[in-house]
Amino acid sequence: MAKHVKHIEPYSPQFGTMIPLGSQKFLRTCVLWQIVRFVAINIRMTILILKSHH
Amino acid sequence: MARLVVMGGGVSGHTAATFAKKMLGKEHEVVVVTPNSLWNWIPSNIWVGVGEMGKKDVVFPLAPVYEKAGIDYRQAKAVSIHPEGNSTNGDAFITIEYTGQNREGQSESLTYDYLINATGPKLNFGATEGLSNGNGDVGEHTVSVCSADHAVHASHELKACIEKMKKGEKQTFLIGTGHGMCTCQGAAFEYIFNIEHTLKQEGVRDMAEIIFITNESFLGDFGMGGLHFKMGGFATSSKVFAESLYAERGLNWILGAHVNKVEAGKVTYESLDGEMDTQAFDFAMLIPPFAGVGLKAYDKEDGDITEKLFAPNGFMKVDANYNAGSYENWKASDWPRTLQNQDYKNIFAVGIAFAPPHPISKPMSSKNGTPITPTPPRTGMPSAMMGKAVTMSIVDMIKHGASEPTHTSSMAEMGAACVASAGKGLFSGTAAAMTVYPIVPDFEKYPGTGRDLNGTTGELGLAAHWVKHILHFGFLWKAKLKPGWTLIPE
Repeated sequence: MAKHVKHIEPYSPQFGTMIPLGSQKFLRTCVLWQIVRFVAINIRMTILILKSHH
Repeated sequence: MARLVVMGGGVSGHTAATFAKKMLGKEHEVVVVTPNSLWNWIPSNIWVGVGEMGKKDVVFPLAPVYEKAGIDYRQAKAVSIHPEGNSTNGDAFITIEYTGQNREGQSESLTYDYLINATGPKLNFGATEGLSNGNGDVGEHTVSVCSADHAVHASHELKACIEKMKKGEKQTFLIGTGHGMCTCQGAAFEYIFNIEHTLKQEGVRDMAEIIFITNESFLGDFGMGGLHFKMGGFATSSKVFAESLYAERGLNWILGAHVNKVEAGKVTYESLDGEMDTQAFDFAMLIPPFAGVGLKAYDKEDGDITEKLFAPNGFMKVDANYNAGSYENWKASDWPRTLQNQDYKNIFAVGIAFAPPHPISKPMSSKNGTPITPTPPRTGMPSAMMGKAVTMSIVDMIKHGASEPTHTSSMAEMGAACVASAGKGLFSGTAAAMTVYPIVPDFEKYPGTGRDLNGTTGELGLAAHWVKHILHFGFLWKAKLKPGWTLIPE
């Protein structure tokens, strides 16, 4: 797990935020999971569009 | 027969004109006045700017599309509005100056029954010393991705930097906003991640320092005062979301910066704490601030009424509350709903052309009094929705005799979907897919974060890149009025 986190300088602005670890990074480009997310994003956006037209 | 004149052929103007013609048919006339001969899908310019696409992939000629649709196309820039006519002509009209169609420089008057101002922004490079070339375009020290031609130039400059890095020369990249009152941080956000992705692919990432410079007081403000996403059981701030992405990619950032001078290889900027500082660069892409295009307005006696129709920044006044006062008094209801000018009810303004009542982000100034505040974003999806809503109102007025606009399109009542690319590639690309509802926070309706957490989401991944790529083809298909174009939502 640690190999996915590069050195972050303590007290730098970058030190104060969350850093994705291996599982998160893997899922971001895992094709099967991203197909699921693709469907989810499209549903979410469709709902948003429907709510936005008056 | 009624005549609708649309000034501007960008996302909002093109949407308005094409739907108007479809709804009004041959009985009524739709005229588009735009100085451009090409339509540009601007969101994909960032891919042109890193050499992943060419200019031809993001533009197409307007003339054949308008000819097919039966729209009267004038390649000209609008110069002035005469909403009461003048001493010799009682009909409302605009004056235009041709920029093409073999009539360059010729002036003409165009009468109208209804007028939509969709002129978009003037890219105000001249607002920052050294950012302009002296003629209003981008200067020699920096690059831009605001137009397809700018983006092509940016890609050439990037390529030259990559060649230097391959020869062992380190390079500093500075991407962000070129003035304290800029909007469109999203474009800079996308460009910096695409540059980082490109450098990684070229094997020279370790030779580059990449810095984001922004007028936002925190990363993820986006000119919307930030937002909160529903994520992992938390209402997570866009600040954390954005900072996480920058930290992961090893990017540094400079916040609350008003760039006031650009020289060869160096910018000077003022921070919110009032300090002046400099940042050296080898490659810089700085977004300019936006202003109105400089339209003038005259009454029947040819008296100048520009201040009556337009706010001081050149954007057109509509049905917004321009007297909301200080930040503490701002409400979602300050934002315009019908986008109708209140002095001249047959004039509307959409997209960037309408004057917002105030920023969305909290106004901030440096200790020296220099305003450093992101201005409200109103490009892309919101501008297209405004264009369609206003068109539907005008169609109801023309065809059904409606006395008031029948459709509304307030940024405080609509959401926006933003897909920000973080690198292109069918299986290696990523993007941030964000939805926000509503765009302008409404703390009365949604106490807490000001937004509906079920409609305000964000995630990073390959799927979002696919969505971004599909939107590229989908919106170009729609803009070209190819079969089924009306089925593709704004």
